[in-house]
Amino acid sequence: MRVDVENLRAHRGGRPVVTDVSVSVPSGTVLGLLGPNGSGKSTLLRAVSGLAAPSAGRVRFDGTDITALSRRELARHVAVMAQEHSEEFEIPVLDLVLLGRIPHGRGYGRDSDHDVTLARQALARVGAAHLENRSFSALSGGERQRVLFARALTQDTPVLVLDEPTNHLDIAHQLELLDRVRATDRTVLVALHDLNLAARSCDAIGVLAEGRLISLGTPDEVLHTDLVRSVFGVESTAVAHPRSGRRHLLFDARSAPEPNDPTPANPPAPTEEEATTP
Amino acid sequence: MAQATNGRRAPVPFRRLLTNARPTGAPPDGAPPPTPSAGNTRRRGVLAARILVPALALTLLAVVVLSSSVGTIDVSPAEALRIIVGHLVPGMPWMSDGSLTTVQDNAVWQFRLPRALLAATAGAALALAGALMQAVVHNSLAEPYILGVSAGAGVGAVSFIVLGVGTSALGVGGAAFLGALAATAAVYTLAHKNGRIAPQRLILAGVALGSLFSAVTSYLTITTHAQNVFSIMFFLLGSVSAATMNHLALPSAALLIVGLYAAFHARALNALLVGDDAAASLGVNVNRLRSGALVAAALLTGSVVAVSGGIGFVGLIIPHIARIIVGSDHRRMLPVALLGGAVFLATCDFLARTLADPSEIPLGVLTAMVGAPFFLWLLRRDRADSVGVGR
Repeated sequence: MRVDVENLRAHRGGRPVVTDVSVSVPSGTVLGLLGPNGSGKSTLLRAVSGLAAPSAGRVRFDGTDITALSRRELARHVAVMAQEHSEEFEIPVLDLVLLGRIPHGRGYGRDSDHDVTLARQALARVGAAHLENRSFSALSGGERQRVLFARALTQDTPVLVLDEPTNHLDIAHQLELLDRVRATDRTVLVALHDLNLAARSCDAIGVLAEGRLISLGTPDEVLHTDLVRSVFGVESTAVAHPRSGRRHLLFDARSAPEPNDPTPANPPAPTEEEATTP
Repeated sequence: MAQATNGRRAPVPFRRLLTNARPTGAPPDGAPPPTPSAGNTRRRGVLAARILVPALALTLLAVVVLSSSVGTIDVSPAEALRIIVGHLVPGMPWMSDGSLTTVQDNAVWQFRLPRALLAATAGAALALAGALMQAVVHNSLAEPYILGVSAGAGVGAVSFIVLGVGTSALGVGGAAFLGALAATAAVYTLAHKNGRIAPQRLILAGVALGSLFSAVTSYLTITTHAQNVFSIMFFLLGSVSAATMNHLALPSAALLIVGLYAAFHARALNALLVGDDAAASLGVNVNRLRSGALVAAALLTGSVVAVSGGIGFVGLIIPHIARIIVGSDHRRMLPVALLGGAVFLATCDFLARTLADPSEIPLGVLTAMVGAPFFLWLLRRDRADSVGVGR
């Protein structure tokens, strides 16, 4: 299913966060969204998944404006894996994954055998079959991410929206999840932080800075040292991967603030380590 | 088989560290890998619900019959059952063969049975209302009265008594119902902002309005004639002692309607367990569900408060007990909570009128005496810290 974002603007907390973003994602391709913290990735993804109405512009799935779809129809088109999770009440992992079947079922009644089979398959695919009977709140961060991804798969939608799905995952599970994403025939929009991982796993890369889409293209077109400097304020070196020959970025240091640059006041959030280093 | 065990042996202690599951008592060294059924809370919950629902229904029947037979006029449980069946099924031989006296018949059919049934209905309604409230405000400490419903009902009823309109049960009940609905409407309006009902704002608005209403009630109580104080206290503490079959109509109808509503929205309520955004992305219209469930809970609570006053803690404790036993899946939890509430309150009422015989303990006092210690335990055990205002 093709996803078109047209002249999208979105506010969050009364503040404009996404400004005039247009992007087309052909059916079955993976679009990676990169950008510093606060650049509007999550807000853009919320608008694409219909969780927050944009203040201007529109989102189309195969040409259909998503505002024309009911909540339930929308949930049969797009599954979301987000950061938020309420933990007030405990829920077993299999039940959590089975929630993905809600848009396909009725308001009452049991989960069908078909539902349970789909849920178990999804758990097995993300390597979480052994967690089936555990309580979700007792899982580690990485285990949770995999279970939430299984729920998104169980929802069985042509479009997947993933907001930083590799958070908390160890490197093996990061690669596994992104390979899984790449292998599906679904249209995927995914926000990522690891530039090299994004280059390896996405068909196209969009870079957001201060709510604007400043670069869009194949990973090789988009990811170069100039962009890393201007968007993230980080000096880097591009090398060819000795085995695959693919371009790989090595990060050297924070860029020195340019005296004639009037906007160094918005550097990417420093990590704790960087902040304490004099 | 042996290979599988070998392959899994290494991760077992590590996995044991990761899960903070309760220790099963099995020795960690050389223990076989956990079988799929070990620690299966899900399957245990399903099984518990399958046993508990019929068990609670039978217990409810037993308590109602027992409650109908105990009192100053001698009626055996068997006779009580015969009287009840005789009234429901026409043409039973024992109704006309003189084996039962009119006094016995009146005691059971006019006084004890309506009372036991009202207690059961009120308990079921309050438990269902509590379960709905806790689900839609994402808060395990929520209960039916948190929206200021009982405080609003209190103002309605007490104003009615103090203004001298009368002390008829019907009038006081009607005033209480109006007060309850007005309070709910006020809290709902206050919590509604930017097209969204924020759970946290809802709770805080309810608590604040509840305090305001309680203050009004206290002021009215302290400044009124002494003769009114007894009626006021009787209402505020809650009682089903004046029950007649007519009193049953309003709460029963509310229970039926809301019960059906809850049954059709059980899966959507499950989705709400994992958060508003997640539920929305699963196709649930969160605002509509929250509004619907709040109105449903207010209807239940208002109709109960109108006929039996503010009976505390049922709506808080019963859903929690149900959740602990059968898990948080509403398709299992709601029926267990509903029946559990009925059994709990019918039993409490039975105790309330027999423990201190011939006088009577107000029902609200008894439920609170059982409920308050549980609530305190919940405060210690539950993640009360995580009920952050900032969320």
